[in-house]
Amino acid sequence: MKTPLGRVRGLGTAHSGTEHFWLQRLTAVANLPLLIGFLIVIVALVGRSHAAVISTLTNPFVAILILSALISVVMHMRIGMQVIIEDYVHSEGRKILLLMANTFFSLGIGLAAAYALLKINFGL
Amino acid sequence: MAERRTIERPLSPHLQIYRMTLTMAMSIVHRVTGAALYFGTLLLVWWLIAVSSSATQFDIVSAFFASWVGQLVLFGYTWALLHHMLGGIRHFIWDTGRGFNPQEREFLAMATIVGSIVLTLLVWTFGYMLKG
Repeated sequence: MKTPLGRVRGLGTAHSGTEHFWLQRLTAVANLPLLIGFLIVIVALVGRSHAAVISTLTNPFVAILILSALISVVMHMRIGMQVIIEDYVHSEGRKILLLMANTFFSLGIGLAAAYALLKINFGL
Repeated sequence: MAERRTIERPLSPHLQIYRMTLTMAMSIVHRVTGAALYFGTLLLVWWLIAVSSSATQFDIVSAFFASWVGQLVLFGYTWALLHHMLGGIRHFIWDTGRGFNPQEREFLAMATIVGSIVLTLLVWTFGYMLKG
């Protein structure tokens, strides 16, 4: 005999409950306005000179918008790709390696983009 | 009440026997656009690093994006982003428990396809109009 409370304790077989689902939705909600804003910035920069692009990217609102988008996007893309890997890669070893590669790629993208953006803002 | 016991559950038939439906295709496209957006972030990193490096590097990346190959990639990337975005909104609607009956599902699927194409064309029209 197991009570309903006993069944939900420990957050199920993965021990993470609905955390993955929740993080996917949370970052999706954040991505929506942030990426619409980012898209507007990009469209406004089409065909502009190097100096003009730098002047836009050093605007505090634009820089903070892009940094925020980076954080949300990196989390979203990492757990999204994680689901794809878990769905299609069944060999345990390859799966673990790909999941690690997924984390490294996502963090690498985020850090490289953030580094470049911070350099544009503070280091030129 | 909740003893563990083996239940004889029906097994799913193989995927090939299903007729492709619109909603099924949309589910696949949502995943494919997600994967494309994932790798496409390399383009963003390339662009940002080029801007941060030098005017020469910026000219190289700009020339690529202005070429027909670059334009095609960016156009596809815009569509993938907008399609995945609208697909996400569709999931938000489903998360509230709404939009699951057959007509609603078909409508949401069509709205995502048409909406993503229209929005992509709008974004590009604005891009060309504002082009400096």
